[in-house]
Amino acid sequence: MLYREALNRALDEVMAADSTVVTLGEDVGLYGGSFRVTEGLVEKYGEKRVIDTPIAELSIVGNAVGMAIGGLRPVAEIMTGNFALLAFDQIINHMAKLRYMSNGKITLPMVVRFPQGVSRQLAAQHSESYEQMLCSVPGLKVLSVNDVNYAYHALKHAILSDDPFVFIEHELLYNKKGEVDFEQDLDPFKARIVKEGSDITIVSYLKMVDDVMEAVPAIEKELGCSCEVIDLCSLNPIDYETLKSSIEKTSRLVMVEEDHKTGGYGTQIVSWAAEEIFYALDAPPLRLAGADTPVPYNRNLELAGIPTPQSIAQDVVAWGRKNDV
Amino acid sequence: MNKLLAEEIYYLMVLGRKFEYAAKENYMKGNISGFLHLDIGQEALSVAAMKAFSKGDVFATYREHVMAIARGIEPRTVMAELFGKEAGVSGGKGGSMHLFEPSRFFYGGDAIVGGHIPNAVGCAYARKYQGSEDGVMVIFGDGASNGGAFFESLNNAATQKLPLLFLCENNEYAIGTNIQRTAPFREQAKKAEPYMLTMSVDGTDAEAVYETISKARKMIEDGHGPLFVEAFTCRYEGHSVSDANSYRSAQEMAHCKAKDSLENCKKRLREKWMCSESEIESLEKKAQKTVDDAVAYAEAAAEPSLDALFEHVFVEEV
Repeated sequence: MLYREALNRALDEVMAADSTVVTLGEDVGLYGGSFRVTEGLVEKYGEKRVIDTPIAELSIVGNAVGMAIGGLRPVAEIMTGNFALLAFDQIINHMAKLRYMSNGKITLPMVVRFPQGVSRQLAAQHSESYEQMLCSVPGLKVLSVNDVNYAYHALKHAILSDDPFVFIEHELLYNKKGEVDFEQDLDPFKARIVKEGSDITIVSYLKMVDDVMEAVPAIEKELGCSCEVIDLCSLNPIDYETLKSSIEKTSRLVMVEEDHKTGGYGTQIVSWAAEEIFYALDAPPLRLAGADTPVPYNRNLELAGIPTPQSIAQDVVAWGRKNDV
Repeated sequence: MNKLLAEEIYYLMVLGRKFEYAAKENYMKGNISGFLHLDIGQEALSVAAMKAFSKGDVFATYREHVMAIARGIEPRTVMAELFGKEAGVSGGKGGSMHLFEPSRFFYGGDAIVGGHIPNAVGCAYARKYQGSEDGVMVIFGDGASNGGAFFESLNNAATQKLPLLFLCENNEYAIGTNIQRTAPFREQAKKAEPYMLTMSVDGTDAEAVYETISKARKMIEDGHGPLFVEAFTCRYEGHSVSDANSYRSAQEMAHCKAKDSLENCKKRLREKWMCSESEIESLEKKAQKTVDDAVAYAEAAAEPSLDALFEHVFVEEV
């Protein structure tokens, strides 16, 4: 099953089981979804439940908040995270705060989904990552999806939960293949150990998990070590327990992410490690992240601005040699 | 409209004004902090709109104390919220600008100008989807009608033919800037005309507001789709208590206060509904007693426990 098919299956199943679930966004209906995640749903559930909206992101999320107040379970799709910026007032000032400001009287069972990240030469206004901003907003649960099995289970969980979720996908992962274990009782807040190892813990999420996995054979060969690779899955809350037990075992931390280095999401993981498990570390943590520039159009420049399997291998090996790995 | 309702509206208006003056007094005393936006001068609109839209959902702005009370939320829990107390309608975590009571179908109390309008559109979508007979009313000021959220909402409500009443309280001031300096015309209903039927009403005339909103509500319940009502009113105080209102001349204020909604309403009680002076006095006394009780209750109420800081961020804590 493909990543986008797993998301589609999750939506389809919850919509079949619960008539309060609706999905809205640009081109989600008759067009079938910009990335085909909602394909076939309008034919099954009709235009009242699969709602084509204007290109007006503030309203897509703002209306979803009102639908949730009114007793529905809306799943809002934003075409890319970059466009979600137009809805940040609704995401931050309304979706994240109404429950708290009302002392728990308002409940917002809703999901805002969008893909983000560097795809292929889409230039600066279609290539950004915004998890670092959203994870600093209390009141939102933020999930990131690398894995096909996780895509299916996490989306179902997010839709059926009574809390507001931001559900981050990646534009280059929609055609990723994988198996779904439909019987599994998956905890979406638990980090996923993608590969076990004993010497370096490499933490990542979204597409970078795949790039890390591609880099690992070269790293292990060059350094003669074994890497443990962790997909964070839930970016807020963070599964510190899984990170802690892994780092206590390996005593080394590498954080790999696609967003910009300054103020990027990984600062949280590394500062946590420095505060909480400093003495478990045998080397300074390494952070590999995107350049502090907008994303350029030119392919060579674009790739030079983000970690790639080659750059990850090179940088981790250099760091490993310097730090006696 | 009947005598009983006219008396109730007058009572709630007097209560509203006394409540707001008591809030101002307690702000000066330091019992209330933050931003405090008073409704003094606009009570006819706030009260009559709530009484006319007695069923259905309401989304209001940060100038909502009187509306909340007219919706049936206990004045003492509103005052306790202004004091930041645990017994406040939002547990002391919302404050003056964030009063919520879903059991009275009252959803704030939103302090992002225009930000609540798309929420009302979504709620109206839910009501239509659920086959509910009731509609939704969203109240906003002339200041909100220059923003993108407003225009997007007109478009969406009209396209989807939603049961939504847009109520624009036009007091001509967006904080301290006159609407005619930021919009090409004074009447904001003109912006809604391409999308939906619009009506306008003298917002200082409680009975006129009541009749207009009742008519609009009935049309919405009958499946008419969205409507826009513009009510012209006058805000006697500054935008909030911390605004000295220095941008309006004495002459302008005198003109603005000449048609006082309370006086107007009282005159009608006497002349149209044949209320005696003692009947009117007893309504006023009852309002004063309610306000005194609200202040005493708020003063005596407990501070929230510090554990409340971490409560109600989520339904399911992980």
